[in-house]
Amino acid sequence: MSDNTKGETKKEGCVGCGCGGGGGGRPAAVPQDARRGFMFKIGAGLLGIGGALAAVPIVGYIVGPARSRYRNQWVDLGATTAFPSGQTRFATFLNPIRQPTDGDAAKTACWVRCVEAGKFQVFAINCAHLGCPVRWFEQSKLFMCPCHGGVYYQDGSRAAGPPPRGLFEYKWKVESGKLLIDAGRLPGLEESV
Amino acid sequence: MNREVILKLLKSPAQWIEERTGVVAFSAPLLFHHVPRSAKWWYVFGSATLMFFTIQIVTGICLGTMYAPSASNAWESLRFIDEEIPFGWMLRALHGWSSSAMVVMMAIHMLQVFMHGSFKFPRELNWITGVFLLLTVLALAFTGQVMRWDQDAYWGLGIGAAIVDRVPVFGDQMRALMLGGPIIGGETLNRFFALHVFILPGAAIALVGLHMTLIIKNGISEMPKPGEIVVPSTYREGFEERMKKTGVPFFPDAVQRDMVFCGVCLLLLVFLAAYYGPFGPGGMPDPTLINTNPRPDYPFMWIFGAVSLLPPASETAIMLVAPVVGIVILVAVPFLANSGERAPSRRPGMMLLAVVVVMAIVALTWEGVTSPWSPVMDGWSALPTPTQFVKGRTPLQMQGAVVFQFAQCRNCHELGGFGGKRGPALDEVATRMSPDQLIRQVQQGGGNMPAFGKNLNSAQMTAIVDFLSTLHPENEADSAIPGAQLPLPIKSPLTMNTVSSGAETPAGIHSR
Repeated sequence: MSDNTKGETKKEGCVGCGCGGGGGGRPAAVPQDARRGFMFKIGAGLLGIGGALAAVPIVGYIVGPARSRYRNQWVDLGATTAFPSGQTRFATFLNPIRQPTDGDAAKTACWVRCVEAGKFQVFAINCAHLGCPVRWFEQSKLFMCPCHGGVYYQDGSRAAGPPPRGLFEYKWKVESGKLLIDAGRLPGLEESV
Repeated sequence: MNREVILKLLKSPAQWIEERTGVVAFSAPLLFHHVPRSAKWWYVFGSATLMFFTIQIVTGICLGTMYAPSASNAWESLRFIDEEIPFGWMLRALHGWSSSAMVVMMAIHMLQVFMHGSFKFPRELNWITGVFLLLTVLALAFTGQVMRWDQDAYWGLGIGAAIVDRVPVFGDQMRALMLGGPIIGGETLNRFFALHVFILPGAAIALVGLHMTLIIKNGISEMPKPGEIVVPSTYREGFEERMKKTGVPFFPDAVQRDMVFCGVCLLLLVFLAAYYGPFGPGGMPDPTLINTNPRPDYPFMWIFGAVSLLPPASETAIMLVAPVVGIVILVAVPFLANSGERAPSRRPGMMLLAVVVVMAIVALTWEGVTSPWSPVMDGWSALPTPTQFVKGRTPLQMQGAVVFQFAQCRNCHELGGFGGKRGPALDEVATRMSPDQLIRQVQQGGGNMPAFGKNLNSAQMTAIVDFLSTLHPENEADSAIPGAQLPLPIKSPLTMNTVSSGAETPAGIHSR
């Protein structure tokens, strides 16, 4: 503590001016303080502008996924003949929204119910409660969720348990004998699939 | 050379270093600060938490040299560490067990501080940095579970995403920010990796530093004694005086107990890790493999339990608001009770609160582990029908027992102690419900049971109700109304309504 004080005393009036503390007859104190204040402002300004410019890509990089509008795409689930009338079948597809590093996570499952020839219901695998994978039970014609016990009827409507709504449904269409669904985003309450 | 010369030679390099770094001057207060003589075995839990945190850093860095933070091969890299790298499995086991141990020690430490009122003046910020350390450590535990990148990690993220998605207005954006896109995929793992190895450990180290600085600044609190009241205006003087008079240096006096306790903890950790091995990885992170039963790690089991037991109507509000309220209350603790008595015997309300919170967390954890609300997904196909329920039954009743299995009733209902617990056990259902009531319940569902009316034909319905009517203690009559025949097969919805209109579901049956 005392060392510092001594040092400052020695250099008083000439901080950073390079005159070796001799004074050199210049009126030291006032212009030095003014210059220091000016430099401080310039420095703060430069750092502020530079920081803001650097922050744009950093923030943009991190929040980018929340802003960009990923579009669902029509995905081919195969020939409609694979889905016999009156039955509910398991189907999988590669998510059209995927990245090179997704690995198996880009695979997606869904349940396809052929109500009658040419009429389908395609349900997301995710329970409408908290997203766990529901399983179809052909014998009792129910979907059951292993997490919190959500149960749905074969038409996807809620049968029991905590789900606030029925299963999420994909839009579907049949083109040249193939069943296509409009898929991509993970289904959620705010915006269904 | 004589002794003095040797000592001087040894001393001079140390002095040289000390003159240039001040490391001894800096760490002396850490080592030799005076602590109350009364600080005994109650005070070891913070040290143990710190020890486990150190182990996490060391083992975490080791694992970082082999783990592939990429969704396409994270799971394989863990298998490789477990099976091919020398001691790889042990490193993963140490990291996993030490993580659980850290959460447990932290909880005990916090409980001790709460029960002894050590958070009172002047240690409010000790408590608050501790609360943020707790949150950071829980976040580390959750992100660590994601690092396993197995089925539990994938569907755990799905649950997290579904909760975030329920935030009003910004839910969708927040979910995308959390997942790094519109699906759970490569970017999700890497986001959680950045959190788990850079952001959260950095925050934890900074908070630990702050926490320790505050310990040195404010001193270790004394064991509470009834009648020794904290008065903010005079506390510091009195405390410093008492420390001068009766305190003992942390090193080498108080540290002995910490060393013994940490040593026991460390041995236990090595034993647990070596004996039980690493956590997972579980099933491959392929979302099309849906025969899975996702469960969170133990520190989050009570949340899993709570989320399952919330009334559906208010669950969104509770899921989103409760964590914020909980954190605010924790932070507010030292401001709500800043002075006064510290002794547990003089703070019965606070003790009751602590007991209730601990019991609630234990009970919810137990509920989460047993999860009686989850259907036993293979109950219908995997569980045998106990012989006492089929012995001596008619062919129709036997047929009913088959339908009972076949219609997946067993996924939610127990027979002979095996089966789902979602609905009531049906071992003695015939003592509670008449055949008419049984028909109505199976047909229309209700309470928390789906309606099976469309899924069972009339022959199946007759058989199953005939079977259910026989489920009662021995030597009791079947539940058929005296003198009446079993109802005829139901043919139309009209008949169904007629049947149901007369019979109410008995209270307590199928209610959630």
